[in-house]
Amino acid sequence: MKFAVKAWSNGRARTGLLHLGNYPNPIETPALLLPTRKGLPYFISPDLLPSLPSPDSHLLQVCPLHFLEGLSPKTISKVGGLHQMVGLPEYGFAAVARDSVQCLPECNSTNKVGASFETPCGRLLIKPADYVEMISSMKPNIWATLADEVPAWVSDKRNKTSVDRTVRWLDECIALSSAGGAVFGSIVGGPSVEERERCTQEVARRNVSGYWIGGFGLGESMDERPALLNAVTAILQEEKPRLVCGLGLPEEVLQGVAAGIDLFDSEYIYHLTLEGFALTFPLGGVGVNVFSFDPNNLGSDRSKINLRATIYRKDTSPVVENCSCYTCQNHTKAYINHLLNVHEMLAQILLEMRP
Amino acid sequence: MALRFEVLGRFNRARAANLTLPHFLCQTPLFMPVGTQGTIKGLTTNQLEEIGCQIILGNTYHLALRPTSELIDELGGLHKFMNWPRALLTDSGGFQMVSLLHLADITEKGVTFQSPVDGKPMLLTPEESIQIQNRIGADIIMALDDVVKTTITGPRIEEAMYRTLRWIDRCIAAHKRPNEQNLFGIVQGGLDPVLSYAIGGLAGGEDKDSFWRVVAQCTAALPEDKPRYVMGVGYPLDIVVCSALGADMYDCVYPTRTARFGTALVTEGVLKLKHNVMADDTRPIDPTCACMVCKNYTRAYIHCLVTKDAMGSQLLSYHNLFYMMKLSRDLHSSIIEGRFPQFVCDFLRKMVVLYAFFSLCHIHHVISVVTGIFVYLRELSCWGQGMSGSMIVFVSIR
Repeated sequence: MKFAVKAWSNGRARTGLLHLGNYPNPIETPALLLPTRKGLPYFISPDLLPSLPSPDSHLLQVCPLHFLEGLSPKTISKVGGLHQMVGLPEYGFAAVARDSVQCLPECNSTNKVGASFETPCGRLLIKPADYVEMISSMKPNIWATLADEVPAWVSDKRNKTSVDRTVRWLDECIALSSAGGAVFGSIVGGPSVEERERCTQEVARRNVSGYWIGGFGLGESMDERPALLNAVTAILQEEKPRLVCGLGLPEEVLQGVAAGIDLFDSEYIYHLTLEGFALTFPLGGVGVNVFSFDPNNLGSDRSKINLRATIYRKDTSPVVENCSCYTCQNHTKAYINHLLNVHEMLAQILLEMRP
Repeated sequence: MALRFEVLGRFNRARAANLTLPHFLCQTPLFMPVGTQGTIKGLTTNQLEEIGCQIILGNTYHLALRPTSELIDELGGLHKFMNWPRALLTDSGGFQMVSLLHLADITEKGVTFQSPVDGKPMLLTPEESIQIQNRIGADIIMALDDVVKTTITGPRIEEAMYRTLRWIDRCIAAHKRPNEQNLFGIVQGGLDPVLSYAIGGLAGGEDKDSFWRVVAQCTAALPEDKPRYVMGVGYPLDIVVCSALGADMYDCVYPTRTARFGTALVTEGVLKLKHNVMADDTRPIDPTCACMVCKNYTRAYIHCLVTKDAMGSQLLSYHNLFYMMKLSRDLHSSIIEGRFPQFVCDFLRKMVVLYAFFSLCHIHHVISVVTGIFVYLRELSCWGQGMSGSMIVFVSIR
C-alpha cells in the first residue's frame, strides 16, 4: 500500500491517493470503506459490486472476528487468504477488530490479557496473538492493531489504562506479525485530550504505515469530537493515512475530513439500509433540493427519505433523478416501497447499492 | 391467441419447442422460478437474465394483497413494476387460499375465505381471479380450479373435476385480454381439452409411483400442439422424468427455498452446506458448474454464511437457479440434437447411485424412484445398456 497527499486545504483537510498493490487504479481520499460481513457486503452480491462507482468502491472493511463463527484461520490460509476466499482479488481490505454492528467492544470485560467483544458467538476475549493469527491467515491489505476501546463515560483511570494497553498490544502485534500488509497503529484515549495526545505520541514513535483512530461512535457527542480528532492529527506525520471508525452521519464524516482524516468506515449505510432509507442529498452541495418537511415521512429529511412511507406507494420515479446507480436506473420508489412492505430481501440489496 | 408453440425436436414422447409469448421467446422444456411477491428472493432482475431465466411465476394471491392488482395495473402492469423484460406467469390464487388460509371453503360460486387483513368473509370467483390476473398483466394466466388434496379419495374428486370444467368456461368468458395474455386450463383428474394445459393437483405429497403414472396419462391424452405445464414440480429428477413423458413447463419454490436452508443442487443430487464437515472443504460447491458462485467460492466459505447471513441465501439461490436453468437448456438441446436418452441415462447414473448411498433412511422413496425409472426406461429403450444393469444390482442389494 502506498499513500500520498495530493492537495491541502487551508486547515487540516487534505485529499490524497491510496495505491493498493492488487488494483491498478489509485483510490482518491477522503474515502469510505464499504462495510462487510465475513468479507462480502451485507447485501450486494459480488457480481453486483462492479455496478458501484470505481475505484471508490474498491475498499472494503472486514472484521476478522466474523470468521470465528465457522471458518478457521487454517482453512482461510488453505484457500490463499481473504481475497481468494471471497472471490475479490482486486479489492482492498482493511481489517479492524471492531465492527459497529455485531462485534462491539465490551470494555468492562477487557483485561490485561485481551480485548473483549460482544459477538454473535457470545462474549469473546481476543488476545493479540489470536488476533495476529487471524490477520496472518487473511492477509488483508491494511490492518489495525488490537486496541482497548472505551466509551466516553469511563473513569480517567480506566481511560489511562486503555491507552497503556493499546500501546502495549500494538508492540505485541507488530512483533508477532509476519503478515505483510500495511499495519495501522491504533490510537485511543477516550474523551480526554491529554490521553489522546499521549497515545498519539507513543504510536507515532512506532514504525507503522498509517493510523487507526478508535474510541469513536461509542457514545460521545458530535460537539466533543473535533477537539479530540484535532488533538490526534496535529501530532501525526502528514504523509501517513488516517482511518477512523464510528463516524456515521454525513455531517460527522465532514467533521472528520476537516480534522485531516482520510478513510472512514460506513456502518451507517447498513443501518440506513435496514431501516428502509435511501440517501438523497445532492452531492454538489450548492443547489439545494427543497424537501417538504412532512412529519408523516417517518424520519425523512433533506438528506434521506424513508421508502416505507406510504406517499411512495405509487411513485414511479427513481430514488434520485438522473442518478446513474443500478437502483435508480432500474427501479422505482413504488417497487422498493412494495418490497419493504412484504419484507423481501431485494429491498436491502437495492438500498445498499444506492449510496 | 397470444402464444405460438412450435415443436423443434422429439424423442418418443419428449419434445423440445419454441414457445413464443408476448414478452419473450422461450425454449421448452423449461423451469420457472417462483417470484411470489414480485421478486425472486435475493436476486435482481439483471442476475435472473444472466442466469437464463425465461419466465417467472408471480403469485396472484400475494400480489392481490400487497400491493394490490389495481396498483399494479395503474403503474403499468407487473412487468413494468418489477422491471422484468421477459415473460411472466400468474397462478389463479386458488391454491394459496386453500393451503394458506384457515376456513377456506369451496362452493360452486367460488372459493370463500376469511380475509387475512381484517377477517371479513370474502369470495374469490373464477371471474374475479381472471380480472385480477388481467390487471397484473402476465403473459400466461391460470384458470381458477377446484383444488383437492391428492391424498383425498371418493366422490369429492369427481365433483372437483366437473366443477373445474364449469369454472374454466366461466374463466374463458371473463377473460378481457385474450390477445395479450394466454389462459391455461388445469387438468384435475379429468382429460377434456381446453385452451392450453396445466396438470395440477399433483406434487402435493402423493407417492412417486402414482405421480408419474398420472403425468404419463395426461400427456398421452392431451393434444400435441399445445404446451403442458406440470405445476409445483420440482425436484430435478422429477423434471427430467416428466419431460421424458411429454411435459414442457415446470415451476417450484424448491430451488430457492432449499437454498435458504443451506442446500445446494448439484450433479449428484443435493449438498447440505450446513453440515460441519463442510467447514474446511475447500472445493467449490459443484466443480462442473460454471456459475459465479462455483467459480469463486469454496464450500467452506458458503458454510460459514448459510442460515446466518443474507449473502449465503443469495449466493446459494443464484447457484441453484443457475443449475435449474442449465437443466432446462440441457433438456431442450439434448432433444433437438438427438441425444436425449444418453442425457437422461447420464443424469440418472450420476444422481441415483450417489443419492441411494446417502439416503439410507429413505429406502422406500429410493425404491419407488427406481421403480418409476423402470416405467419410462422402457420408453427410452435404455434396457441393455450398463445403466439398467447397475440399477438391478442396486435394487437387489437393498
